[in-house]
Amino acid sequence: MSRPSSMRTPLGRVRNLGSSHSGTTDFWRQRLTAVAMTLLIVPVIVIVLMLIGRNQAGAAQILGSLPIAIILVLFIIASAWHMKIGMQIVIEDYVHNETVKLVSVMANNFFCIAVALASIYAILKLSSGV
Amino acid sequence: MTTRIERPLSPHLQTYRVTLTMALSIVHRATGIALYFGTLLLAWWLIAAASGPGAYANVQAFTGSIIGKLIVFGYTWALLHHLVSGIRYFFWDLGYGFKANEREALTWGALIAGISLTVLVWIIAYTVGGGR
Repeated sequence: MSRPSSMRTPLGRVRNLGSSHSGTTDFWRQRLTAVAMTLLIVPVIVIVLMLIGRNQAGAAQILGSLPIAIILVLFIIASAWHMKIGMQIVIEDYVHNETVKLVSVMANNFFCIAVALASIYAILKLSSGV
Repeated sequence: MTTRIERPLSPHLQTYRVTLTMALSIVHRATGIALYFGTLLLAWWLIAAASGPGAYANVQAFTGSIIGKLIVFGYTWALLHHLVSGIRYFFWDLGYGFKANEREALTWGALIAGISLTVLVWIIAYTVGGGR
């Protein structure tokens, strides 16, 4: 029995492609954002409860206050990142057509970035009081 | 263009006996997908708050309606269930809770905690806001 000269698979050698060493990046970020949201969920729920029954002026005043705006922006970043990874896993699990998969993954990125930026922009606008 | 090699696939859902942890795994994914699209409601609400009284009144008219309330209630449950169900995964990620009775207990715990917390949040919401 001779030892293999390399850990790389024959296909990987043929294509001259090895591991990119980033296989656990999404796994780690999924946990990182999950822990962040677990820590932030209680203040976020308190903020939402504070807004119940208020009109736009009251809501705008609360949402525009500095600590509340920061907590919400952090939560939005964590959740957008988390759901981008989660939806990509779902797409990769169930969409087998390469073209549809590519378009879906791209649309997923656009959706998450757009939702996050729109929400953050709204909070920043309320913070600046314009 | 690479030719597609017919490799053996691992068996999917229909092959397995339905267990509690498996059902809740599906629920975790389903609530995740629901929350994904639910962020549209959250973004709409924030943008409306930043836009002005008219836009905000539209959101409140929607969340105050029966369908709106149902959606927000469902969203609350999806969020809180996904949260406690996700905390269960932290245990497993750290290597705890893999014994049969432990994983069952964790899963029942997540199911019950998710529902209880949802009811609790809505009781507080009604107490604070007088039913929106």
